[in-house]
Amino acid sequence: MSVGLSHYLILGSLLFAISVIGIFLNRKNVIVLLMAIELMLLAVNMNFIAFSHYLNDIAGQVFVFFILTVAAAESAIGLAILVLLFRNLKTINVDDLDRLKG
Amino acid sequence: MNAIQYDVMTALPEILVLCMAMFILLLDLFLKPSNRFLIYVLSQLTLLGAAVLTTVTHVPAVGYAFSGLFVDDPLADVLKLGVYLSTAVTLVYTRQYTALRGMFRGEFYALVLFSTLGMMIMISGQHFLTLYMGLELLSLCLYALVALDRDNANSTEAAMKYFVLGALASGMLLYGMSMLYGVTGSLNVSGVADALLSGAPDHGVLVLGLVFIVAGLAFKLGAAPFQMWVPDVYHGAPTAITMFIGSATKIAAFAMVIRLLVQAMFVLAVDWQGMLVIMAIMSMIVGNIAAIAQTNIKRMLAYSTISHIGFLLLGFLSASLNGYASATFYILSYVLMTLAGFGIILLLSRKGFEADRLEDLKGLNQRSPWYAFMMLIVMFSMAGIPPTLGFYAKFTVLQSALQAGFVALVVFAVLMALIGAFYYLRVVKYMYFDEPEDHSPIVAPVDMKLVLSINAIGLLILGMLPQRLMDVCAYAIIHSIQ
Repeated sequence: MSVGLSHYLILGSLLFAISVIGIFLNRKNVIVLLMAIELMLLAVNMNFIAFSHYLNDIAGQVFVFFILTVAAAESAIGLAILVLLFRNLKTINVDDLDRLKG
Repeated sequence: MNAIQYDVMTALPEILVLCMAMFILLLDLFLKPSNRFLIYVLSQLTLLGAAVLTTVTHVPAVGYAFSGLFVDDPLADVLKLGVYLSTAVTLVYTRQYTALRGMFRGEFYALVLFSTLGMMIMISGQHFLTLYMGLELLSLCLYALVALDRDNANSTEAAMKYFVLGALASGMLLYGMSMLYGVTGSLNVSGVADALLSGAPDHGVLVLGLVFIVAGLAFKLGAAPFQMWVPDVYHGAPTAITMFIGSATKIAAFAMVIRLLVQAMFVLAVDWQGMLVIMAIMSMIVGNIAAIAQTNIKRMLAYSTISHIGFLLLGFLSASLNGYASATFYILSYVLMTLAGFGIILLLSRKGFEADRLEDLKGLNQRSPWYAFMMLIVMFSMAGIPPTLGFYAKFTVLQSALQAGFVALVVFAVLMALIGAFYYLRVVKYMYFDEPEDHSPIVAPVDMKLVLSINAIGLLILGMLPQRLMDVCAYAIIHSIQ
């Protein structure tokens, strides 16, 4: 049995599911949220590369470069906000982010 | 005119905004704090220049540039003009607010201009890549803007929540795009549309992709059940930024819905109509019911936004040109109302005091009858009471949904609007029938007072003479969507 398109898609969907579950179930640490977000973008990249290879179309792989670049910018901003958060609240526990309620 | 010249001509407003945003970022380094006013003037001039360029290069036809990555159609021009106008008005209203809170700096204006650029690219995106890049340019700037008041714990928490949920939404949107790419073999909006027209190979995968795309768009618009970030971000962000998030960005999200659902996936209209019906119903319930319990105006306006988005989605249900035109009309009127509403909150706040509780509006009529009347118009317009603009906006979307045969849904929407009227009218009651709690005078620059008055009176005048604006929306839609 050879590795085909569906295997890559299943891997991609598994990674995606893990990251979404990570975002919603994680109650401990904001850094884990940032990691889950990165994982989600990697899951999408997996999909794009698999399809790109399968369709023999280079556009999907070009898209992946752009997603990688944006992901880097996104984590930079995420970590910057995290630093602010720690400075202002002295915690990075997800459960402690409960000042805004109503 | 060769291809490169044509590309540059088409994207001239974007190029101007990009260059000016970078110039302002640099100029700020060399300016003394006392000369910061220059940055404000330059930002306004940039928006004015972009508006002039957009108007001058306007043709009533669809033009593709950059090998089909970018589109310039009448819809894009009209929506871009809406974005320039609302950004410029936001800058006028927020000048004093930001100055009093140490946010009147070059970063603020550079970030606002970069997010304007992001919105323009979203509006003109004709390829999944451009749509995504525009969206991210906008989102990344907004995360930074929400956290701009860096010693404020509420803003920081709001920024974190916005960041995580916004990134989740982008991820979903991308996942949906990858599915569509796999099935159709194209990343181009018109390419996807053509591939779908010539026979959809795998309907199941297509609908899976569609679900993810609709979820991502709903996050960005703030439609239930993906609305959880809206109240927290509206509440926590500095009011100046809340106003920006609540107004101009909704136009860009609307454009993205048109590009992705209407232009790329029209063949799947039956599938997305069902999803939009559920989202519209949930948004109207969540928005109108939860708003009643709020004591903070910004939170109340956040829930009001959710219910407005529910009404906006009704315009898409008919999947007809008429319906899209009414949705365009709705989003533009929503933006005008939001600007005026937040304008009043900004007008009442002063150094060290945010007028963001409902009690802060008590007895406004005794403090300033004129601005109480302005707020009265805004609240009537949001509630949809004639003869204001909000009434006509609700009327047109309901009419288009009715023509498409969604009778029960229209009756439900009217009932929900009735419930919604309660919390808007409660604000009016506070202003006119309660005693003021603080008697401090209202201090604001003349330009802000003038623009705010024009904005609110405009709601009344456009409500009585809506035909001109409606004609513009219909023109934009008819010449842009085949």
